[in-house]
Amino acid sequence: MTDHDSRAAQAAGDAILLGAKDICKRFPGVVALNKVSLFIRAGEVHALMGENGAGKSTMMKILAGSYVPDEGELTLHGRPLKLKTPRQALDCGIAMIHQELNLMAEMTVAENIWIGREPVNALGLVDHAKLNSDTRALFGRLRIDVAPDCLVGELSIANRQMVEIAKAVSYDSQVLIMDEPTSAITEREVEHLFEIIADLKAQGKAIIYITHKMNEVFRIADTITIFRDGRHILTRAAAQMSPDGLIAAMVGRELNQVFPKEEVPIGEVALSLRGLSRKGQFRDVSFDVRYGEIVGMAGLMGAGRTEVMEALFGIERPDAGAILVDGKPVTFRNPRQAIQAGLALLTEDRKKSGLFLGLDVASNMDIAVLPNYTSFGFVRQKRLAADCEDMSRRLKIKTPSLEEVIGNLSGGNQQKALIARWLLNKPRILILDEPTRGVDVGAKAEIHRLVTQLARAGAAIILISSELPEVMGMSDRVVVMHDGRVSGEIRRADFSQEAILTLASGLTLPAALAA
Amino acid sequence: MESNQPALRDIGPAAIRRPRFKLPPELGIFGVLVAIALTFELLGWFLRGQSFLGNPTGLLIMILQVSEIGLIAIGVTMVIITGGIDLSSGSVVALAAMVAASLAQSSDATRAVYPGLLDLPMALPVLAGLAVGATVGFLNGSLIVRTGVPAFIITLGTMVSARGLAKLYTHGEPVSTLTDSYTWIGADANPVIVFLGCALFFHIVLRYTRFGKCTYAIGGNPVAARVSGINIQRHLIIIYTIAGLLTGIAAVIGSARAQTGQSGMGVSYELDAIAAAVIGGTSLSGGAGRITGTVIGALILGVIASGFTFLGVDSYFQEVIKGGIIVVAVVADQIRKQKKR
Repeated sequence: MTDHDSRAAQAAGDAILLGAKDICKRFPGVVALNKVSLFIRAGEVHALMGENGAGKSTMMKILAGSYVPDEGELTLHGRPLKLKTPRQALDCGIAMIHQELNLMAEMTVAENIWIGREPVNALGLVDHAKLNSDTRALFGRLRIDVAPDCLVGELSIANRQMVEIAKAVSYDSQVLIMDEPTSAITEREVEHLFEIIADLKAQGKAIIYITHKMNEVFRIADTITIFRDGRHILTRAAAQMSPDGLIAAMVGRELNQVFPKEEVPIGEVALSLRGLSRKGQFRDVSFDVRYGEIVGMAGLMGAGRTEVMEALFGIERPDAGAILVDGKPVTFRNPRQAIQAGLALLTEDRKKSGLFLGLDVASNMDIAVLPNYTSFGFVRQKRLAADCEDMSRRLKIKTPSLEEVIGNLSGGNQQKALIARWLLNKPRILILDEPTRGVDVGAKAEIHRLVTQLARAGAAIILISSELPEVMGMSDRVVVMHDGRVSGEIRRADFSQEAILTLASGLTLPAALAA
Repeated sequence: MESNQPALRDIGPAAIRRPRFKLPPELGIFGVLVAIALTFELLGWFLRGQSFLGNPTGLLIMILQVSEIGLIAIGVTMVIITGGIDLSSGSVVALAAMVAASLAQSSDATRAVYPGLLDLPMALPVLAGLAVGATVGFLNGSLIVRTGVPAFIITLGTMVSARGLAKLYTHGEPVSTLTDSYTWIGADANPVIVFLGCALFFHIVLRYTRFGKCTYAIGGNPVAARVSGINIQRHLIIIYTIAGLLTGIAAVIGSARAQTGQSGMGVSYELDAIAAAVIGGTSLSGGAGRITGTVIGALILGVIASGFTFLGVDSYFQEVIKGGIIVVAVVADQIRKQKKR
């Protein structure tokens, strides 16, 4: 049933710092954790992997005091540990970086980091100067470049994630739990994070690292634990595992890791951008997308890719330039006009701008397509429900029913429901902004297969992604942006990580790498 | 590839590292206040040949009149910042006023509520009034936190019950003939001093203490606040209790000034208080708001009321216009905020 490799345990040599034994946790309608055990040692990076819904986040929330287990016990340094609130966990030396960014947008970076433990002066009032200088010192140590008195709401998602990381580190805890810390940051920040982790490791701290990314696991993890369907599957030293073995254990079946890129006939130009500009965001952006083609958009954080798409979709108005659909110039004053012209946009942050978390799956899916099912003001429920069911089956959305509150679904299935929302409209031009962020391996492959199918059916697709393997695996062409401008385009035949990264950093391609 | 440019770029122009001068957000709403006052000044000259603002007694009376609403608004501002609301303030004013007044009667009173408790030192009725307010506030907070029922519903219930209790207390009879030491509280400019003193105190608390920052955090992102270790339940109970306490202070001041306690006092004070807070920039969705803004909001309401009285406008017509001005003030502020983005 369980597979704790005792040789790996002894090889680590250190005593168990944090232990969880036979933890059970139930929610209405689902058993999230079923007699799961986990043992963390000081100075180790312990990766926790598994498909979405496997129970990883639930387990971590129990360790961080957000949830109380129904059964089982926790130990810290061998002594029993009872956690009822996140405060207790923090006081015991367990800090967590949550998958969903937990920051107050209306408060400054410094206020967010030190909330609840601000430095006070002799009068009992908060010492703002020290608040900011402490933050600067922390950022200096971690080499993070964000101003402490900046409002969090003004930061990009990537910078917010860096603030979250800094906040967790600032607790100086013995155990640091990181739940998908790299989902919103690009390669350079990831390297930075790894340096921070190496530092913490050297200080004897333990790090629990949840991720879906294969390459990260094999780079930094000492031990790997796999959960599946709320059960512990195995714990093994990273050195003794292979990527295929990992995936097989996670999904319980063999999975083809390679992105299913097919050759698809490419048709006429569907969408053209000509000299599109918006002050402070992007300048002189021009490129074409053809029917059947997948154009990847790569770039570092802040490059402006999402902003260009927002201008395309009618969310913001560009200051200059033209957009042509099927060769005809168009102006979208609002997203509805873009939708009517056959565009669809899957946004970057589903929690912020995609999902209606409190509503059911069906409502989330049919929201953009209601006008097509309405006659005389009334919605034709049966037709709509049937089409939603059909779409849900096609995309293999895992949910007890379409009436389930979408907040209860895993990230991957939420994303699929949002894709279903757009597919119901039968779009001709599909813009996908980080479609597999926070999505597990199985669902990710399904989404990739889906995108390829859509391209084969003739749709023109723009794929924004910060994961180079994904961009390179899926796209026919890559448009690279840097600092608001298009720094280059690379054809599939000339794809290489070096070429893309070079252009993304604003440098010019040396002749050897140029197309 | 060591350049820091990408990181700095997307922070945007706001995060330049040198100390930057930020315009206080209240500037906008203060401008509205000045604009409204000047409008009445002009209308005063046109229609009555008199200065509206040139009359210091008139101005003092105006601020006196908003002192009660203002005190309640301070508490309500903090409640709204945490993402809640308090509809019970007006009724609690009545209840607290009744209780305080009944303990402040002098021996000259012809209808004494407690014939044995006359000419009590002023501290007793004052403490009683404050205690009533704080107790109802504590009840509000505890119910909201323990039952999970929305604040709107809980305080709606308290609002109705407190009003009923106020009427029940003396079966509708007003409580009059209060001691001089008690009515002194409402005399001269004392209410204004209390109002501004409380405003200053809570302004400091909200902006400069840990308690204040936690208040904003709970309203800004309750999940983040919880995982950051804040005890939300305890904090909310304290906030609602403070709001109740401030309502009690308002009740004491109101009954002292009016020299009576009546079960019909405080009607729609809660709405005026909420209006003052919202005009002053407090966001009904929580996480944002400042006491300074609320004080200006209360002053705006005061200027409107005084201005119309000064011009001799029919009081029913006043209500119609007042509602319109409130909406216009908030919309104007919203537009300015949108333009800034």
